[in-house]
Order: sequence, then C-alpha cells, then structure tokens
Amino acid sequence: MRRYLGRKLLIYVLTFFLAVTIDWLIPRFMPGDPVQTMLSRASLHAEAVEVMHGYYTRAFGLDVPVWRQYLNFWVAIFHGDLGTSVYLFPQPVIKIIMRAVPYDVFLLLPAILLSWFAGNWFGAFAARNKWLDNTLLPLGYILTATPYMWLGILLAWLFGVVLGIFPIAGAYSFSMRPHLSWAFIGSVVKHWFLPFASIFLVKFGGWAIGMRNMIIYELEADYSHYLEALGAPRGLIRKYAFRNAILPQITGLSLDLGVIVAGALVTEVVFSYPGIGYLILQAIQNQDYFLIQGCFLFIIIGVLLANFAIDIAYVIVDPRTRLGMVGESA
Amino acid sequence: MKRVLSTLLVLVVILSMLAACGPTPTPEKVIVTVPVLQTVTVKETVPVVVTAVPEKPTEVTYPRNETLYVSGAAWGPPSDWNPFITWSKANTTGTIGLVYETLFLYDPLSDKMIPWLAESGKWVDADTYELKLRKGITWSDGQPMTAADVVFTYELGKKYAAIWFSPMWNYLKSATATSDYDITFEFTNPLYQEWDNNLYNIAIVPKHLWESRTEEQITAGANEKPVGSGAYLYETHSEDRNVWVRNENWWATKLLGMKPAPKRIVDMRFSSNNVALGAVVKGEVDLSNNFLPGIATLSEKGYVKTYFAGPPYMLSANTAVLFLNTTKKPMDDPAFRKALAFSINTGDIVNVAYAGLVKAANPTGLLPSLEKYVDKDVVAKLGFTFDTAKAKQILASAGYKDVNGDGFVEAPDGSKIELEVTCPFGWTDWMEAIKIIAKSAQAAGINLKDATPDYGAWNTALTTGTFDMTLNNWAGMSNTPWTLYNLLFRHPIQDIMGSGNFGRWNNQKMFDLVDKLAATPSSDEAGMKAVCSQIQELMLTEMPVIPLWYNGLWAQYSDAVWTNWPTESSNTPSRLPCTWSGYWQMGGLIMLTELKPAQ
Repeated sequence: MRRYLGRKLLIYVLTFFLAVTIDWLIPRFMPGDPVQTMLSRASLHAEAVEVMHGYYTRAFGLDVPVWRQYLNFWVAIFHGDLGTSVYLFPQPVIKIIMRAVPYDVFLLLPAILLSWFAGNWFGAFAARNKWLDNTLLPLGYILTATPYMWLGILLAWLFGVVLGIFPIAGAYSFSMRPHLSWAFIGSVVKHWFLPFASIFLVKFGGWAIGMRNMIIYELEADYSHYLEALGAPRGLIRKYAFRNAILPQITGLSLDLGVIVAGALVTEVVFSYPGIGYLILQAIQNQDYFLIQGCFLFIIIGVLLANFAIDIAYVIVDPRTRLGMVGESA
Repeated sequence: MKRVLSTLLVLVVILSMLAACGPTPTPEKVIVTVPVLQTVTVKETVPVVVTAVPEKPTEVTYPRNETLYVSGAAWGPPSDWNPFITWSKANTTGTIGLVYETLFLYDPLSDKMIPWLAESGKWVDADTYELKLRKGITWSDGQPMTAADVVFTYELGKKYAAIWFSPMWNYLKSATATSDYDITFEFTNPLYQEWDNNLYNIAIVPKHLWESRTEEQITAGANEKPVGSGAYLYETHSEDRNVWVRNENWWATKLLGMKPAPKRIVDMRFSSNNVALGAVVKGEVDLSNNFLPGIATLSEKGYVKTYFAGPPYMLSANTAVLFLNTTKKPMDDPAFRKALAFSINTGDIVNVAYAGLVKAANPTGLLPSLEKYVDKDVVAKLGFTFDTAKAKQILASAGYKDVNGDGFVEAPDGSKIELEVTCPFGWTDWMEAIKIIAKSAQAAGINLKDATPDYGAWNTALTTGTFDMTLNNWAGMSNTPWTLYNLLFRHPIQDIMGSGNFGRWNNQKMFDLVDKLAATPSSDEAGMKAVCSQIQELMLTEMPVIPLWYNGLWAQYSDAVWTNWPTESSNTPSRLPCTWSGYWQMGGLIMLTELKPAQ
C-alpha cells in the first residue's frame, strides 16, 4: 500500500511540475504583448505610451531574460504569489481567483453531484424497463448532445424573458447588497437556478446513458448469468451489476469535480454569472500571462487532486485493486 | 434520508425535463409576448439584518424608483478606483466624473467648455494661463478643495513618468498657487489644443489624502474607497456591478442648484450582448450603452428610446478609420490608396453590417460635432465616394493591370497583389464590415481578404506595423480636431507605434501641419480652420488612411422609471446619454441632474 501510494505520489509531483511548466510556457508563445494590449485601452493622450510601456514591462518583471522569468515564477509560486493581473491591473491574481471560485463551486458542485446521483439512479432504473428505456434513452441522448450554451440561451429566453420567472444575469439581484435575509437568499437561489439547471440537464443525460449502457453490459456478463443460473434473486444480481457499473462513473465523476473551477465557462458567459469562466476567456484574449497561469494552476491542482482521489477511492470500492497491490508485493 | 433525497432529485429532474420539453415559440412571437419595460425588481422592503458592520448604515435593498440601472461601460470586473490608471476606468466608470471631478466639462453638442471645479480660466498672454478655482467646494470627507489640490494633482505628472499626462510637462514650466483659489500656469510653446483637452480629463485628487502615498500607490494603487468631490460616493461593488450613492453634500447643489435625480446608480456588467439585450427588453436597465444589433427595430416599435427617432438612431462617438500600411507595397502608392477608397461600399457597411445604426463618415473623418472644421470645398474637390468604376479607372491609369487573368490586378511592376484587412476576432460588427470591405475591393479588382486574429495578436500587428490594412477608432469625441489628426498622423515614426499612425505614413509636411494645429490657441477658430483645411487637402490627395463610418454612441433607454432623457427633440435636454468612462465630463453627469422620476 505504501509503495503503491509512494509511486503514485511521485508521478503526481512530476506531472504537476510538467503541467505547471507548460502552463507558464503556453501564454508566452501567443503572439502579442500584454502590456501593449493593456495600454492600448487608454485611448486618451497616448503620448505617454512609450514611457509607460517600459515602466509596466519592468513592473510585471517582463524585462528580465526568459529563464529568469521562469525561475522567478517558481519562487513566487512557493511563496503563494501568482503575480499581478495585467487585464485587471492592479489586482493580485490570487485575489481575483479567490473572489470568483466560490461562485463556480456553488454552481458546479451541486450540478455535478446531483446530476451524478440522479443520472445513475435513472439510468440503472431505466435499463430494465422497456417503457422508460424507450422514452428516457432518446431524451438522454438529446440532452447529453446539447451544447451548454444552446440550452442555456434557450432556458434564459424561455424562463427569463418570455415567462419572466427567473432573472437572466448576475449572481444576485442588482437591487440588493449582500446581507442575511430570506429575500437575499431567495434572490441568490433564483439567480443560481437557471445556470444550474442548464448544466444539470446536460450532465444528467450523459450519466443516465452511461449507467444504462453499463448496467445492460454487466447484466449480460458471465457472472450475472452464472448467478441467475444458481437461482439468485433478481435484486441481488442487479446489486452486483450496479456495483460494477458504477466504477467508470466514479472515474467520470472525479474528473468532472477536478475541473470544478473552470467547468462552467460557457454557462457563465450565457448567464453573466461571475465565476472564473468568463475571466479565463478574457485572460486569454488579453494575454494576461499571470491570470492565465493562475487559473490553469487551479485547474491542474484540481485535476491532480481528483485523480489522486480516484486512486484512493478505487482501493476502497474495487477489491480487485487491493488484490493487485497484494499480488505485486508478494 | 436517502429516500427523501432521491424523491427530491426525481422531482427536480422531472421539473427540469418539463422545462426542456416546453414548446419552442417562433422568434416572431418574442416581440409580441415580451412584457416590455416592465419593472422586475423586488419592491418590498426587506427587514434589515446586517451581519457585517458597514461603515455607514445603508439600505440593503435599493428602491426601484430611486435607482438608475445602467450598463455598457465595463468590460471586466472592477479592479481599481485610481483616476490615474486610465485604461481600466471603464470597469469602474464614474471614478472620474461621479467621484473625482475635472476643472472643466466639455459639451460636444454645443462645442462649449463648461467651467466646473474651475470658476474661470484664461490665457493672459501666450505663455501664461490663469485659473480661478470655485470657492466652497468640499471633498466628501469635509475638507475644502483649494488651489493646492490642483497644483498637487498637476505636479504628479511632473514627478512620475507613469502618469498619463506627464508629457504635458514638456511644455508646462510651472503651476503655482497664488492664493487659495488662484493658480498660474507658466509655459514655453504650449500645445493649446491638448491643454484644453486635459482641462476636462485630468481628475483633481485631494492633496491631504494623496501626498503621503508612495509612487507605486499613486501610479498603480487600487485606491479602494475613493474620496472625491463629486456628485456620487462609492458605495459597494462586486464582480459584476458598481454601486454609487448620491453625495447629499455635493458642492454643485449649493453653488449651481444642480442635484442628480437618482439616489443610486447601479452599473451592471453583462458578459455578452444577448444578456444585455435581454435585460433591456425586460426593462431591468434604464440606460444601456451596449452595442445591441437590431435595436433599431425595438426603437421603432417604441420599446426603447434612442437619441434620434430614425436612422442612425445614435449620436456618433468616433470614426472607424481604415489604416493602410504605407511601408508595404502597393499601399505605398497614393493612386492605389485612392482607388481603394473609391472601391469600398460604405453604404453596405452602414445598412447591412450595422442595419442603419451608424452614419457614413465624412471623407475627412471629422465627427459631426466638429463639422465646422471640415473644408467643404476641399471635400467637394478631393473627396471620395463608393464608385467601383472610378476605382477601376484609377487603378488602370496608374498601371495596375490583370496580367495573369485571375480577375485581380497586378502591380505595375508585374508582382502579384494579395492583401489582408483585419480586425480583432469577436468584434462582430467590425468582422461584418471588413467582409464588405474585402468584397467590394475584390469587385474593383483588388485581391483583398478579411482576417480576424485574436485581440492580442491584432494589437501587436497594429503597433509593430506588420498588418496590411486594419480598422481602428481610437480617437473619440473631443473638443478639438487635433485629437483625430494626432491619431492619424502621429509622429515621429518609431519601432512601436502604440498610439497612432499605425500605417507609418511618413510625411513631414503633414507632421508640421499637425504640430501647427496643436500649437494654435483654441480661441483662434479661424487659424484652426485654416490649418485643418490644409491638413484635409493633403490627406485627401495622399489618402494614407480611409475614414469609413462613425461608430455610434450606443445608447438605448427606457421611460419606465426615469424620464426626460436626451433626444434630438427640442423639449428634451441635448446631452450625450452616456456612461462610458470619459463621457461623464462630456454630458453624462449633467444628464443625471436633468432626469426626472416617472409620474
């Protein structure tokens, strides 16, 4: 067990190092100059542009040789410093991300978890029910193939504009200041619902289809037939089939959770929801090296943690993994 | 517990599915069923349970009839309230204008400088400007504003290169407070046009709060909780909004009898046009300064108001100019440039790409508000219009012929011509426009294609001069034609042209003319006109840039909560209905004082 974890950890540390290096490298390969882009927004009296360009290039530490920038970057990371955003100068990147991430978690965590539970439950249920299979299956395929943006716009238009039940922009009413009251909580939930629903529905379709197919596959497996031949009760067979079918779904779930900080990019743009998705888009368009690095650092950490969690979870939920480890050490 | 959860989930799923399966009404139906201009905000007052202790007790729910909702200025989350970081002010629009104020305001519609913090200002001789500060102005912390504050602010530009107006100190020798309310500025060879422009763009900051700050805090500090002299105070902000609350002790209420009508201004940022359009249609925004394609239809049906009742609906805010890279062949040839100007179908850009929301530009590029500087004789003689035949004829007589029979002309030396016209990706209206430019140039036999790089790449190509042709509109509304000419003919030519003359057209005669205009006093209108006329003649002869259309001062507003919006009609105010950064001083602020609550 210790060797297993030790080896996994080493791989994770290496992956982290490589991923962060690439994260540092890629924005710098983009054509363009972020300081110039920033200054070009100051349309007034740009006579000072030349002077200010030099000044801010120094301020962002972009005037030193590239290898030095790379070293400085690692040093800063270990000090918890992700630099200053160019696009949202003079805000520190870490502050920007910390402000936005709660919205992403608030939106995605329930959407991912609820769709996972509901999708698996429905998929498993539908697998052996002709009527449900005939209705749910096509619906599931349609849902999972729907682009988030399209469904988002459709929901916003129908429930927001035509019916006027739900608001279409913001995280809470534009007429309120955050405070503790039922009205405010109600406003937060109201603003959250449509973006949540659009993600939930698409994901739900995917999970339901996956589970349904897996269950059918497992029920046709040799062990199921064997159990059946032994006269085991249907419920028992289904239980075993479900346990086997859930394994790939667990992997999928943790990968989904890994990108929790950035998984709702389009949805956030469609609903003007102030998470990190819109920031990533803007950071890339504005070549904000530091904000891009910061956002992707969070994604890298998220994905690695999620993978690590699967590795651990598999040891617990899949006895075969445990057996494999024993076999290895023997 | 598990069962309860499951039941709940099933309910949610069923509800959601019902939602997705709802009938899909046709687009036609939207316009019929939309409850337009309905107010949707929560109206009941909420019992105040404040958890965090705010600095002053404030309302947590803003009553709809006291609040003005605006949108369209911000392109990102609020990041700073520092009036010296100019490029991010759109995200906290109002930092200059609502909180910090300028010495003068400028009204482009009447072409008048309006004394504001200053009571008056005049040139006593060619090199001396005397300014009288208004008595009785106080900062929002209660301290009086004096000449020392003005001198302090102006001298920041002398001390720190990173302050945008530092180049002004090339010709400004000194700023001296001769009394608490009098300031004398001494110059050597002043640039009068720029000086005037700065008078309504430099925001005055309180010396007593800024003098102890370091250079970094002044030039790059976020300046949270700004203390200014203006009509509004910072109240709060979050990722997608800024909230400003009225300053009940504003000096202009006492001294000028002006009081802005809305108690609060909520500036909302939407991440996309469709969200902004939805909010406008729902009546959640009172004044939207977003570019919304198709707003003409809504305006004509009376759902929203615009400045003009008919095309172009909007006032003109800046000129979209096609910059030609004159360091590349064949754009170095005036005849080719001229032929290109004649080939472009501006009418299609106006009517197709913009559906009538903009106006074709005057060949000189000067905005309608600066029309008096257009020399009509020069334009009649040398101006261009859309005329494919004429374009072909100019090309032919300059030796451009289709040698290889591909339908496109080759250069007189026989070399192939393959050109690209660019704009940043995602600027949908411009993307349409460059398609039309490319198509109409092709019709005249010029092999021109459209391309849309990312903003960063586009910007680099623009400033380093690697593009062929590109659109740009960085000269906004101004008190002087010099602003436009400074963009078009910026000099000297450097490795990086960050702020103008992107096509690197090197013409000393033009540079001298622009310098001459810059040094002409604003009071000498005849002198300005004379120089402008010479500039226009040279520009239209050589055609190094092609002004195409005026981008609009996008503004659509609703009468549901606030009325008396500016329109062309004579019984409403004529102001710029605009919340963009830099436009509060050009009418936006006064518009607020003229608004009236509905009913």
